[in-house]
Amino acid sequence: MASVHYREIEGDSGGYYALLGALGALILAGLGAAWYMEHNGHYVTGMSNRIVWGMPHVIAVFLIVAASGVLNVASIASVFGRDLYKPLARLSGLLAVTLLAGGLAVLVLDLGRPERLIVAMTHYNFKSIFAWNIFLYIGFFAIVALYLWTLFERRMNGYTRRAGVLAFLWRLVLTTGTGSIFGFLVGREPYNSALLAPMFIIMSFSFGLAIFVLVLMAACRGSGRALGDVVLNRLKNLLGVFVAAVLYFVVVYHLTNLYIARQHEVERFVLWDGGIYPVLFWLGQVLIGSILPLVLLFSPAVSRSRRAIAAAAVCVILGGLVQLYVLIIGGQAYPQLMFPEKEVTSSFFDGVVAAYAPSLPEVVLGVGGMALALALTAVAVKVLPFLPQSLADSDVNSATA
Amino acid sequence: MSPDRRQFLGWGAAVAAGAALAPAFRLIELAQARSPEEAASALQRWGLLIDITKCADCDACVTACHEENGVTGHGRPRTDAQWIRKVSLRDKRTGYAQTLPLMCQHCEHPPCVDVCPTGASFRRDDGIVLVDKHTCIGCRYCVMACPSGARSFVHEAVSGQKPDVPRGQGTVEACTLCVHRVDRGETPACVEACNRDGGKAMVFGDLSDPSAEIYRRLRAEPSTQVRADLALNTGVRYQGL
Repeated sequence: MASVHYREIEGDSGGYYALLGALGALILAGLGAAWYMEHNGHYVTGMSNRIVWGMPHVIAVFLIVAASGVLNVASIASVFGRDLYKPLARLSGLLAVTLLAGGLAVLVLDLGRPERLIVAMTHYNFKSIFAWNIFLYIGFFAIVALYLWTLFERRMNGYTRRAGVLAFLWRLVLTTGTGSIFGFLVGREPYNSALLAPMFIIMSFSFGLAIFVLVLMAACRGSGRALGDVVLNRLKNLLGVFVAAVLYFVVVYHLTNLYIARQHEVERFVLWDGGIYPVLFWLGQVLIGSILPLVLLFSPAVSRSRRAIAAAAVCVILGGLVQLYVLIIGGQAYPQLMFPEKEVTSSFFDGVVAAYAPSLPEVVLGVGGMALALALTAVAVKVLPFLPQSLADSDVNSATA
Repeated sequence: MSPDRRQFLGWGAAVAAGAALAPAFRLIELAQARSPEEAASALQRWGLLIDITKCADCDACVTACHEENGVTGHGRPRTDAQWIRKVSLRDKRTGYAQTLPLMCQHCEHPPCVDVCPTGASFRRDDGIVLVDKHTCIGCRYCVMACPSGARSFVHEAVSGQKPDVPRGQGTVEACTLCVHRVDRGETPACVEACNRDGGKAMVFGDLSDPSAEIYRRLRAEPSTQVRADLALNTGVRYQGL
């Protein structure tokens, strides 16, 4: 550990400022979209009384899930003692904080009354998993900040493992909370499963690592630092395992439902005749989000190529967004079961598949949150030494030897 | 002391005594109906019984509710609020058709109250489930949780509000069981309209009062709850479903 050298990036190139400028523009656009939605009311979005959580929630949940998952790299180093990952721990902790900030910004700006955030901070209903999550998110910021301090401050290095264990346990609880937002919905057939909590945890491993790999590759490339095959191949193999694990959970979830007669209609909807949702499920979630990355990561023909690794990570991110879209939007679009064995109609769209098309302001708000996370990361790596000077094979091996 | 003065003092004493005692008589008078100052009590459990075999093909209850509560639309069905709606059912195998009004079921264990992060969704002691307009942050988690799809999110600015029924853009709302009328000792607007203009299918009352019609009928006749499998003990019960 002592022989790992960290250094801030120079951050004075035209490319760096162009990146910050572009991200800043996206953040401003996101704020503008939020103002437009709040000023007019949510009727200007694609959301309705049947689809109350739309594109902002898909992106926000993705970022929050990925935030806890991206901390995994640090946990492998500090909790499970894998020295190879130690040079990556600082960036891992940083991304955990910035992704969570981006996700929460989107979530808050989509509230019907965002100016009442102070109410959410002062009035708690402790039976609500949402209320727990507020504590879990704030605690996550604090604990990861503490963990980063133990990494940065030499005198605190002795406490790194303890802080790392605390952060690891906290992030497991946090993602359990995120999954349970859906798992605890008793009145909706597509949710209402304890399986969602562990599934969200394994999803976080996968989405978070995909983002980590891309950011690490971009940061090393942009700052001219070496990134050796040893580190990258280790991350690549780990990502492949996580992608396969997500696919396993998805299979178990649907097989369980297919076994239960009451859930047959839901499964028909998601897997077969639910319009856009089966297409998104099979093409987006399964093919692009799972099978293609597995081929790219493990096929002997291409898996050594950096482009293949980057492409696989991009696929995992796209597939993850699609997976959450199918779960969050598709789960609401499917009509609630109120009167079994009856065809139901009403002026309030009971008994029919709810229509939803993401509106521009929703997408812009969500993308603004992603931009916020990346901008915070870009600024942080310039201000503080988050990135190791070199991840070349020789340096990594000597550091971990 | 002149007799006039004595008489005057007598009248004065009578007026003073009257002024002192009148509130007491007034309290006795109000003992049957809860006064607005008095807190809701768990001694009562307000509920509805809806006999859908009598539910006519009309929407008197819907019109009356939205008129009473100032719930107006903007001609946008997907985002306009609906506190009560007529639902048509058709049996998938036999084709048997029915219609019924559906609104907040005022559950004893309401999922919307469980999930609300700020406690804005709450259940009064007398069983009426409400939204506190001052602490609702508009997260819509309660809309996700409601098993009967009874809640609406206010998607745009509201106008023509009624003094008794606060509404607000960016918050969630639903049937209040006309709590402002119930607190005055009246019945909800939907029930009144159904009995006046509709099929006389709705009965409002105290589910825990043995002298109430709703209590006696629920005791003597079969009835069902929407999503009875969730064991929420709804305050709204149906017959003929």
